[in-house]
Amino acid sequence: MAQKESTFLNMTLTLFVVTFVAATVLGFVHDLTKADIALAKQKAQQKAIESVLPAFDTLGESYKMLPEDGADSLEFFPAYDASQQLVGVAVKTYTKSGFSGLISIMAGFSPDGIITGYEVLEHKETPGLGSKMNAWFKDQSKPGQNIIGKNPGTSKFEVKKDGGDVDAITASTITSRAFLEAVVRAYQTYQSAQEQPAISNNPTNEGGQS
Amino acid sequence: MNQLQNFTKGFIKENPVFVLLLGMCPTLGVTSSAINGLGMGLATTFVLVMANLVVSLIKNVIPSKVRIPSFIVIIAAFVTVVELTMQAYLPSLFESLGLFIPLIVVNCVVLGRAEAFASKNTIVSSIIDGLGMGLGFSFALTLLGAAREFLGSGKIFDTIIFPEDYGMLLFVLAPGAFIVLGYLIALINRLNKA
Repeated sequence: MAQKESTFLNMTLTLFVVTFVAATVLGFVHDLTKADIALAKQKAQQKAIESVLPAFDTLGESYKMLPEDGADSLEFFPAYDASQQLVGVAVKTYTKSGFSGLISIMAGFSPDGIITGYEVLEHKETPGLGSKMNAWFKDQSKPGQNIIGKNPGTSKFEVKKDGGDVDAITASTITSRAFLEAVVRAYQTYQSAQEQPAISNNPTNEGGQS
Repeated sequence: MNQLQNFTKGFIKENPVFVLLLGMCPTLGVTSSAINGLGMGLATTFVLVMANLVVSLIKNVIPSKVRIPSFIVIIAAFVTVVELTMQAYLPSLFESLGLFIPLIVVNCVVLGRAEAFASKNTIVSSIIDGLGMGLGFSFALTLLGAAREFLGSGKIFDTIIFPEDYGMLLFVLAPGAFIVLGYLIALINRLNKA
């Protein structure tokens, strides 16, 4: 069969049919996978919350709050035990001053502000250097770099080079600074959220402006 | 050329990475570990096979002046299918490859095979060509990823071979990709000549 001639009509029709079919197929696939993608994302978030907080029974309604020093709001996930006592709050925080831009972190705080754990959700830091942060700051055997169990209100959450109390990742001071900035931002916003119970008890999902 | 040769040519003789030097961007970008290379390779294989199949099916109804845009739309559609599927069912792999999946669209291997092979050959040959080229691409990426992971962090497929502290970090970073790729190309060329 000979190839179709490249007349104006032929070309227009062909391109139209090709793009139309492609768009239809993609629409179907999108519909098919939409629920699973949302589920996978939620699972990842759930897993991160569970790993940064002590054992809890139920997760309260999440709320959002704008930090003082950032443009995007942080998301708070309060967790309660069987008797409805607050055991901790997981805060989804971020920083844009990473070595390669955005770093997103889930940090867990006990009601009195002590860090119970953290999990790096998203980052583009250098593999082998800055990417170590997910393990670095929770190494229990190295108290200089471990931040778990510390309170950003009482110890100085800055790298040693800047006069703080935390050992930076070897050869990744910028990443370390950014990481601590995100954690401190979470802490400060968490503190101000506690001072304004009207907002923190707001059961809606969109408590703050995003 | 019989079908067996058609299939095996992608591995050494016409390996898309080592011999044709196509698709260098994902090759250098994702191969910081063996598993990333393999995942990227297999995703590309799927797109290659499907794009080759469709292109050889419709090669006669596409006027030659609009064939490149049509091929790109077809390829892009399959890439998006892969991206959505991976995001839904393999979230951990998507996390490490996510950034590079859309780049398959502009991967010269895919467009190159559609244009150079599938638009001139039968459906069966095109599928076999896509499969062979795709697996050859996966093989190359896995090899490159394994070499970089081993030299850089002392691991292959996350199996620790020597302590990470002795790894040469350079090989995980961008320059290491070029160095390892250069040596592998030299090696494959030597093998091809022998």
